[in-house]
Formats: sequence, C-alpha cells, structure tokens
Amino acid sequence: MYATRARQARPEPFAVRPGIAERLGLPYMDGTLALSAAALVGFSVFTLAQATKQDVPGSPYYFVDRQAFYGVLGILAMYLLTRIDYSRFRELRVGIYTFLCVSISLVFVFGFAARGSRRSFELPFFSFQPSELGKVLLVLALAGFVIDGARKGSEWQRTVRYLCLGLAPAALVFLQPDLGTSLVYGAITLAVMYVGGVRWTHFAVIGAALVALTATVLVLAPTVGAPVLKGYQEERLTSFLQPSADPSDAGYQQNQAKIAIGSGEKTGRGDRATQTRLDFVPERHTDFIFAVIGERYGFMGAALVLSLYALLIWRALRIVTLSKNSYGTLVAGGIAAMLLFQVFVNVGMNLGIMPITGIPLPLMSYGGSSVLATFLAVGILQSIHMQARLSQKGRFTW
Amino acid sequence: MYLRSDERGPAVSRRLALRLALFGGFAVVLFGVLFLRLWQLQVADGETYLAEAKNNRTRSFRTSAPRGKILDRNGQVLVANRTSLALQVNPRKLPADPVERRAELSRLADLTHSTLKRLRRTMHEELKLAPAAPVTLRRDVGHYLVFYLQENQERFPGVEVQRVFVRAYPDGTLAAHILGNVGEISEEELKDPRYKGLLAGDEIGQDGVEDTYDRFLRGQPGLTRIQVDALGEPTPNGRLVDKPPAPGENLKLTIDQDVQAAGEAGLAAYGSGAFVTMDVHTGEILGLGSSPTFEPFTPPLTQAEVNETYRNPAAPLADRAISGLYPTGSTFKLITALAALEEGVISPADTIEDGGSITVGGQKFQNAGGAALGSVDMVRALAVSSDVYFYLLGNEMWNTGGLQRWAHRLGIGRPTGIDLPGAADGLLPTQKWRNDLYKEGGTDRPWSAGDNIQLATGQGDLQANPLQMAVAYATLGSDGTVVTPHVGKEVTDAQGRVLKEFAPPSRRQVKIDSEYRRIILEGLHEAAQSPEGTSYEVFGNFPVPVAGKTGTAQRIGQADQSWYLVLAPYPNPKIVTAVTIEEGGFGAEAAAPIALDILEAYFDKHTTGSAGPNGGSPG
Repeated sequence: MYATRARQARPEPFAVRPGIAERLGLPYMDGTLALSAAALVGFSVFTLAQATKQDVPGSPYYFVDRQAFYGVLGILAMYLLTRIDYSRFRELRVGIYTFLCVSISLVFVFGFAARGSRRSFELPFFSFQPSELGKVLLVLALAGFVIDGARKGSEWQRTVRYLCLGLAPAALVFLQPDLGTSLVYGAITLAVMYVGGVRWTHFAVIGAALVALTATVLVLAPTVGAPVLKGYQEERLTSFLQPSADPSDAGYQQNQAKIAIGSGEKTGRGDRATQTRLDFVPERHTDFIFAVIGERYGFMGAALVLSLYALLIWRALRIVTLSKNSYGTLVAGGIAAMLLFQVFVNVGMNLGIMPITGIPLPLMSYGGSSVLATFLAVGILQSIHMQARLSQKGRFTW
Repeated sequence: MYLRSDERGPAVSRRLALRLALFGGFAVVLFGVLFLRLWQLQVADGETYLAEAKNNRTRSFRTSAPRGKILDRNGQVLVANRTSLALQVNPRKLPADPVERRAELSRLADLTHSTLKRLRRTMHEELKLAPAAPVTLRRDVGHYLVFYLQENQERFPGVEVQRVFVRAYPDGTLAAHILGNVGEISEEELKDPRYKGLLAGDEIGQDGVEDTYDRFLRGQPGLTRIQVDALGEPTPNGRLVDKPPAPGENLKLTIDQDVQAAGEAGLAAYGSGAFVTMDVHTGEILGLGSSPTFEPFTPPLTQAEVNETYRNPAAPLADRAISGLYPTGSTFKLITALAALEEGVISPADTIEDGGSITVGGQKFQNAGGAALGSVDMVRALAVSSDVYFYLLGNEMWNTGGLQRWAHRLGIGRPTGIDLPGAADGLLPTQKWRNDLYKEGGTDRPWSAGDNIQLATGQGDLQANPLQMAVAYATLGSDGTVVTPHVGKEVTDAQGRVLKEFAPPSRRQVKIDSEYRRIILEGLHEAAQSPEGTSYEVFGNFPVPVAGKTGTAQRIGQADQSWYLVLAPYPNPKIVTAVTIEEGGFGAEAAAPIALDILEAYFDKHTTGSAGPNGGSPG
C-alpha cells in the first residue's frame, strides 16, 4: 500500500532546536505542489504582462498588477491554511455549507450585474465572486457530510442526500446564471461521492439520469417551447460541433481560439501574435488565456503549462492517498477533481474539443476570486499533506 | 462501507485504492487527450493555422481615384468629375433568412425603380466577379433616397451609401463621340493585360478618348491596408500601407470647342451625318462629330436609356465620321483629277466637250440633271463638277489601276490611324477585288470600265468616311504629307505641366507635282468661290479664300447623300473640313452650309494672316 512506502519518522539521536524551516513547517509541505502552483500564477502574470498592454487605455499593467497582487495574496493564504488542521473544517461543515448557500444567494440581492448575470459583490478593491470560493467550501462541507452520514440511512438514501446537498448550491449558481461554475459543483459532488464509496450501480443510475437530463435540456425542452438554458448557453454548449463565420457567434470564437493556438506552432509567435492581440479571440485574459499562451509561446509554452497542471493534479491525487484520515481523503479527492475538471474543460474549450462553458483556467485566468479560491484549495491540500507527515512523525502540533 | 471513522492513520483501503487508481488513470487519459490535441493543432497542422491567422488580420480598402479631366485645345473643360452617392449592398450583412432577404431586396428594388429580378441579376453578376464585395446597385442616387434609407436603417441592413466620383459633362452632349464614356470593367476586360491590376468594380473608359487614353486618365486607386480585429474594426496604429489615391492626369484634346460646337449645331438640323475638321499639316482634329448623338452616360442605365442608346435604329453610339461607309460622290473627283494628271492620262490644259453624257460599253453615264456643260478643262471640270470629264478619265484608267493607286496613296480604303476606337477602313474597289469576288460568286459580273467610271465620281462600290476624305484632301493641301489624324494633344498634371505630348508622325509621304496641286486647288477654289462654282451660293461671300468641293452621292433606296469637303485658306490651306449628311440632297444644299459655319467659327479666331478679299470677318 502507499502508506507503507511513506517515509518513516527518523529517530532523533539528540534533541535539536528546530530550525527556521522546521518552524515554518516547510519540510512537511509538498514542495512540488507549492512550486507548481506558484509557477502557474507566475506564468499567468508574465503572459498578462505581454498580452494585455493595450487592453486598458492608460494603464498597460492594469491586469498584471492585480493578478500579481492576487497571486501573492493567494500564496500567503495557502501558507496560512497549511498551518491549520483541515480536520476542523469537518466540524464546521454545517456552518460552511450555510455560508456557502447564503453567500451565493446574496448575490441575487446585492450582486453586481455584469453581462447579464449576477455573480459577484463589488468590494472596495475587487469584486468578490462567492461561487468561486464556494467550490472550495462545497468540497469541505460535502466531504464532512459524507463522513458524518456514513452510518445513517440506507445506501440509496445516502446517495440521494449527498446529491441533494451538492446540487442545491449548484442550482443556485446555475440560476445566477453561471452554467460553467455549476458544472464544477456537479463534478465536485460526483467526485466526493466517488471517493466516498458510493456504489457503482448508483453512479450508473446517476449517469443514466444525466443523459436523460441533457437530452431534455438540449433537445426536448426547446422543442416543446420551455427552454431551460438561455439561448447563448445552449449555443455555446453545442457550437463546438459546428463552427461558424459570424464573429458574434460562439462557434466563431472557438474557431478563432483554435487558429490562435495552431498558429503558435512549435515555438510561438511572441509579439507577432495576431489572433490574441487583435481581439480575434475574445476574453483573452480570462477564459481564453490558454489560446494566448498557445499563440505566443507555441507548443513549448502550452505544453509547459499543461505539464504544470499535470504535476499539480498528480500531487493532489498523491495527497489523497497520503491523508491521515478519511475526511482528508475526501477533501483531497474533491479538490483534485475540481482542478482536473476545470483544467480539462477550459483547455479543451480552447483547443476546440469541449463546449464553451465559461470556466476559468485555475491560476492562469485573470480574476481574484478564482486565483484566491484555487490557492485556498492548494492550501488545504498542503494542510492534509502536512498533517499526514506530522502524524507519521508522531507529532500533531508544533 | 469501507470508510473508517477513526481519524488516524492512512485511510486507504483496497477498494479505495482501486477507485483512486481509476481516478488517476482517468486523469492520465484526459491529459493525454489534451496533449495530443495540442500536438495536432500546433505541430501537425500548425502551418495551416498560421496561414489562416495571417489571412485574418489585414483588410484592404481601395479608394477610387477621380479620373483626369478632359480639356479642349484651349483649356476649356469638356469632361470633369463630380462626387455622387452610390447605393451599395453588402451581401454579407443582408439578413440570412431567405424570406427577410427577399423582402428587403424587393423594398430596395422599389426604391431604385428596378425589379427584384434585375436587382438579383446585378448582384449575381457582380458577386461572380468579386465575391463578398459590396455590390453597387445604382450610382447617382438622390439625397432624398439617402435620407430615407438612413431613417429606416433597421429595415435595410447591409445597404450602404458610398461617395463616388462620376463624370460630369458641362457641355452636355458636346463631342460625345470623341469623349466616349466610362463604365465598370467587364469580366473579359479584367483578363486583358491592358487592365492589369484592376479589380472588379473599377471604372475604365469604354469608348472614345476615355478608352484610348484610359491609362493616363484612370489614375491610381488609393490603397489602405489596415490591421483589423475580429469585428473588422481597425486597430489603433494598425495602418500598414497608406497609399492615397492618385487622380488621373488631365488630357488636353486637339478639339476646338467652338469648331466642335459649330459643327454639331449644323448637324443637329439633320437626321444623320458627320463632320471632321482637321489641321492639314499636323493631323490635329479640331472638331469631329456625328449625328444623332447621345448623352454620355455611366452605367447601369435604366431600361429607357438602354432602349434609347442601344436599340435605336439611328444608332446614336456609332461615330459616322470615322466609321461611316459611304459613297463620296463628286468629292472623290480631287483624287481622280490627281491620278489622271500624275498618270499622264490628261494634261491640265486639255479640254473635253461635255455633252451632258457619255456611253461606254452600251451604258449611258450622264451629268446630274443631264446638263451639257460645254468645253471643260481640269480647272473648270472641278469648278462646275463635270461628271462627263471625270467619267472619261475613269474610263481611260479603267484597267490601269492608276486611279486605285492614287486613291490608295491618299488613304481611301485604309486605316487612318486615328486615336479613336471603332474606325472603319471602308472599301476601295479595284479590278482584282471585283474579279476575285466574281470568281467566288459574290457578284454577277467581273470588273468593267463602268466600275471605274463610277469610282471616278465617287459612286459604285466605294465606301469611305468623312475622316478618310479629309485626310485625302489634307494630303493634297499639305503637299503630299499623309498625316495621322488624332484628337489627343497632350497629357498634363493637375498643375497644368505637360507630361506627354502626342504628335504622331505622318503615315507616309506622297510625291505630288506642285503644278498639279496648284491646278486642282484652283479648280476647287473656283468651285467654291467663282460665280460658276457649285458651292458659290454658300461660299461666294465668305471672306476667306477656300477650295471646296461638293458631293452628291447616290445611295440605293435612299435620298442622295450630301457631301462637302473644303480646304482653307486657299492657296495654302491650314485646315480641311469634311461634312456629310445622309439623305441631305445636293452637296451645296446641306453639307456646304455646315462647312461654312465651321469655317466661320474657326476663322473668327484666326482672322489675322488669313484675311480674305474683303479683309474682314464674315458677318
């Protein structure tokens, strides 16, 4: 088993005063995880610095300054979380869950409307998007509920309960409307249930229900005249199947992103990039930042970014196996799934093999809420890692 | 359940390990998909996408250049430009829905007084030439229509109004045949190396000097290549090439506006006819006109305009001065006289008794009206236009080819080399021509003396036009130089600096005995200004001495065609004028008065040094 391969605590021949690194807890952290996360946000700042000079007239570093600030803030938050025992979140699951649902709901009342949807609060320094933080909160709360409910009710009752708990905030986010983030919530819910041991038969039923739901939403509902999705949402979801020439069209945007990435070839076009510099590709600093990387830095740059994500997710999956308790396993599993889902859907969308869903690329896409939430997630992974290391070492506090 | 509730130690059971392995495997598969796709886009198909991206980012805009002005020899503007509004449809911005599209196009057809069918055809043809480019539906739309379209923009998506240059003709139809017109380049013309670099929708000269001197008049369209973003909006500082349109150069013609106007005014009184006035030494054409004339136009035309210009039996577009195929009547006698003298058939002093008719080979040839003119020598024969005298000369030379030789030297039946499109060569009947035609079965008899007798007086199979006759007269008037007639004088830039002068060299030199020249000119002078002369009634009181010859050509199935050719001033002519009027009757009746008007207009400006017997200008 994995655990047996873990490093055993070394006997200490004599008492040593812990060094500065020891006191900061650095030896117990997952360095690869921390570095890959920091490298990604660093690459994001670097890319934004080159690609968004013209975007905000008069302040060429508008996005760069902010993203760098969120990055530093995120790294600090990650470190602070590292020093907290994540197990406490399990006890706070009801509070976390309530906060999650209330904060998402409050957006409907006080929210700041941008492009037809209310997703964020306007705070003095940045607009805070509760649904981004909500991803992490959902992982923490849902994992708690799964552990807590392990002995309550029949398996079917439990499965339905988890589903409802996960899908309630997903539905709230969907109504904002934010289809992409609600899909992330769904993915988190399924992943936590999967790691939590829900039976395969149940997943088969859920899968069948999903297929039926998709068919209903995309085909049946519009034909009977009661569409569930808004027109643009449906178009985005289906447009990757049929690219078009209309610049205002989702399929066109995706096709342009594809051209952008393809035109980067092996080594990229640098400042001679046109697709992402001249607005052929929309939302280049957020949803389509991968297209910017692909065009500017070519296969070398894009593959490097993908490798960093692979590294990140590999470390997350490794932490799932290292966790000192089941709660940590579930939380790490949920976070790993959250990262994997977001990376695959966003990059897949840039590469023209996934629909446009408006899911940001973790740590790369510009946006404070997303960057902070991702660093918080990584911080929780670090906490699980650290607790595992410390428990192996036989020390629980320091 | 395998989950353990205790919180210590690794929580990995065998079943969880399996699930995690599957999870990991799933992640590996997903990343594999992403990497493969990235490889496919960037490494395998990268070149294709790079080409697409490069294609994406620039857009060229052509701005049409105004054509050069056309001026007369004194700098009077004959053709200028004005800006006008053109109605264009951008097919890409039309509604995609076929029903809406159709509805909008029919609304447009109504507004432009066209039909949906015509509109669709125009669009179809234009789009074949330049796919996805805006189609010009109608030029020169009124302001009211533009305002209406602007107010109802939402009902007309894709309809645009563009400011374009169109030709302006301050003198209306004046010199229409010389000037020609402009129009959009056709599919065939686009393939012509002459129009290299032009694109569909560009305008070129279609006729007249607009066509001949198109390369000077056309100018260079401006080209702006700009970087554009996804919506086709220009990016800041994204101007790549910026070549402003270069207006065409101005063309100065040899035409004298007053001479031209006098000639056209004269023609206007008759149905069909033509005139040419030319400098005998340089070949510069001072005036050239054809009747009926037409309104210079810019296509597309309305159906009424099409009917009027193209389907009119009077063929207003035909320039009869250079493309007419007429018998010339007695005006040909100058050529017969010269040929007979040079060939030694007759000497100037030899007299012939004109009894009113002669009979050759059983065929009787008689003077007009059968009048007997008595004893005639060369000078008198020309003055009174004795047909019998020239019949005899024609008969003398019937199989020697002498008459044809000299007619050919003077340019009958050959191209004149004028710088206007559409000139006809005409026909100089020869013995060989008719005999060949007879062998092929094209005619019922071989060449006979009668044919040459007919030719000697400008009848029979002869086909010539006023310009050819003017050139022939000018050759005699200028002592043997066959000039190249031309209307283009010089090309000037906007500041009036001369960039290029047109002085085409003479086509050939004909050696003419100066005594014979003097005799013939004297005969023509007598014809015009001695009391016995055929056109004395017209030119008898003209203050400038001239040498002129009437012609009355018989045409089958038509009234006689009136001709007049005049060299002035006598005896050292500067200009030649040829006038012909279809079905105008006697030469002195219709053509000569017009020639007089033209000469008056010319000598009004050129009195000094050419004053006539009375020393003054005509009243």
